[in-house]
Amino acid sequence: MTTATASAPRGAHAGAPRRSFAGRIVDRLGSGAVQVVMILLGLFWLVPTLGLLVVSLRSVETNTAEGWWTIFTKPAELTLEGYANLLASGFTASFWNTIAITVPTTILVIGIAAMAAYAFAWMEFRGRDTLFLVVVGLLIVPIQIALIPVAALYGQAGIFGSIPGVVLFHVAFGLPFAIFLLRNFFVGIPASLLEAARMDGAPEWKIFVSVVFPLGKPAIASLGIFQFLWVWNDMLIALVFANTENQPMTKALQSQMRQFGTNIDVLSSGAFLSLIIPLILFFAFQRYFVQGMMAGSVK
Amino acid sequence: MAVTERLDGPKVPPESTSGGPASGPADTPRKKSRLGPSPWLAIAFLLPAAVLLGVWVVYPIGFSIVRSLYDASNTQFVGLDNFATIFSDGNMLRTIRNNLIWVIVAPIVVTTLGLIFAVLTERIRWSTAFKLIVFMPMAVSLMAAGVIFRLVYDGDPDKGVANAILTTVHDTFSSSQGYPEARPREGEQSPVAAEGGGVVTKQPVQAGQPVLIPIVGVKPEVLPSDAAPAKAPAGGDTLSGTVWFDFTPGGGGVNGQLDGSEKGLPGMTVEAVSDGKVAGTATTAEDGTFAFDGLPAGSYTLRLPQSNFEGAYNGLAWLGPTLITPAIIGAFVWVWAGFAMVLIAAGLAAIPRDALEAARIDGASEWQVFRKITVPLLSPVLLVVFVTMIINTLKVFDLVFIIAPSSVQPEANVIALEMWRVAFGGGNNQGLGSALAIFLLILVLPFMVMNIRRFKRGES
Repeated sequence: MTTATASAPRGAHAGAPRRSFAGRIVDRLGSGAVQVVMILLGLFWLVPTLGLLVVSLRSVETNTAEGWWTIFTKPAELTLEGYANLLASGFTASFWNTIAITVPTTILVIGIAAMAAYAFAWMEFRGRDTLFLVVVGLLIVPIQIALIPVAALYGQAGIFGSIPGVVLFHVAFGLPFAIFLLRNFFVGIPASLLEAARMDGAPEWKIFVSVVFPLGKPAIASLGIFQFLWVWNDMLIALVFANTENQPMTKALQSQMRQFGTNIDVLSSGAFLSLIIPLILFFAFQRYFVQGMMAGSVK
Repeated sequence: MAVTERLDGPKVPPESTSGGPASGPADTPRKKSRLGPSPWLAIAFLLPAAVLLGVWVVYPIGFSIVRSLYDASNTQFVGLDNFATIFSDGNMLRTIRNNLIWVIVAPIVVTTLGLIFAVLTERIRWSTAFKLIVFMPMAVSLMAAGVIFRLVYDGDPDKGVANAILTTVHDTFSSSQGYPEARPREGEQSPVAAEGGGVVTKQPVQAGQPVLIPIVGVKPEVLPSDAAPAKAPAGGDTLSGTVWFDFTPGGGGVNGQLDGSEKGLPGMTVEAVSDGKVAGTATTAEDGTFAFDGLPAGSYTLRLPQSNFEGAYNGLAWLGPTLITPAIIGAFVWVWAGFAMVLIAAGLAAIPRDALEAARIDGASEWQVFRKITVPLLSPVLLVVFVTMIINTLKVFDLVFIIAPSSVQPEANVIALEMWRVAFGGGNNQGLGSALAIFLLILVLPFMVMNIRRFKRGES
């Protein structure tokens, strides 16, 4: 970038504007060239995933023999063999485990964080601001810090390897972001709405459930989708805290990585299955997804 | 979009933050009347979160600090020995060096690409589609992204798309297709001999006498289709000669002589060597002839360097020990560029159009507008993206774990992965594992402080 600065004419504003070389190039990009560049870039981002899909739809033999792009010349070779093998290998169990981990985590995070966020936004208590700064600080604590201590705790409590253990770990590490996001949203709810309810003598939990929660829907939707994807896609926490019986898809697939190549059918179809639900969610709710990410980019 | 109303949100350009009331609604609930509920109720609302954060996040920090001072079996107090190991062990140092490469390279690449994409999407009609495509990897697990890139980086250009593209591009722009397994005609009469993987003339050669370099053992499939029947060079007073495939299909012909039907070998590099130094280089034409223009008179040895006899270009060993970290950073960029783009695009949309227009009317070029107005106004967003990427690179784990094949994982190792390996992945040394976790925490500590400061500034 600095080199380009040098080529910008210094005395440009004196008299007729002379465009620098770099300037002309940038201006030219406005025309067709930029279209071509963008199409190429778009392909660049699309092709890897497309490759995975095609590989997952071909037999191991075909995949060992040639690249997936030969699909364009001989499309007849597609097969669902890989997916059949995957289901036969007991992958379905890990799919249900992923659901059993992701759904409760998302619900718990939303519920617990919404309560805390409401307290931070609309209740008075000593040390509130300091406490919230702690939450802001916790936003980026690496989960590595908790792996060893929590593993020890779980060992004592006898929940090591179990789904509740995995869920609770996820919930705890999802909370700082969730509280942060919701508190910042709740704080924007017009005070008059809450005060009116309080004047009417509505109990606090009722205000929370019938005023704040419905008004907070956009933020809660963002948080929900984000949290869901985050837990769905996690591998590290599952690797440490889920045993083979309770492992989600990411861990099940990871255990197949060692034989990469010979089991490419199972691996590629599993990877594709694991990403299809996030992709559907993403395309359906991308607005909330983007908002959630923008609001949480401190993370 | 109320969600984006936030501390470091890209909504407000820097000038307007100094004056005027804060755009956030944060000041409304401050110092309100005591109409609200009792503090006890607040505690009840906070309790579940406090317990979870306390037990799963805060307590482990303390536990890890203590644990990091003990040995693997948690029996012996070892002081800072575990930390000393981190900074002295060769593998650990390589791990730290890798993280350093990550932290320096990845955030710059991601932020720059995000900026370029954000600017370019403003110039196309299908920007929503483009954004969706580039943003999509964000929804995909890093595990799946790892599998995707394991396929992309496959070393075989017939299987891995990265090397397929590289070899295609290479073969398009470079005609110097090698002739693997080709060798000079051997024997007493032959003017040339094999040496050091290449071919050299046995006798010194001078300008004016054509040099014949007969080659045999050229595989039919590597003989270029444009190879023409070999001819003697035009001669004259330049040093010239012919490199050809000294083999007559169907038999016949005289060894070591141009028979008219034998093919020249195009694209061969020929070096004229004098006193061990390369004095000139020439490339053979379709009929195998070559000539050295402007070479000082004298006697030379001609050499066909080894590169002529190497096999076809097969791309790069992406998953090999040298390229593994850059390759994984490539996958990381693929995942995160969309995040950077979307954030920066939002910042771009918030820049007042009239500021840009005014500059354009004053005669500033697009590039000047970009450099002098857009980028400075975007700097808060760029900083957020950059810092987020630094934190992400420090924590990078899944991609390295999945993309690096087990044999090169030591070369690709990063702190987060090493922490898992040491403590859970077979190492079983929780003392060292805790020390690594603390090290990671210390590395993100400055950004934690930064977040808190920025938040406080946004609130006041």
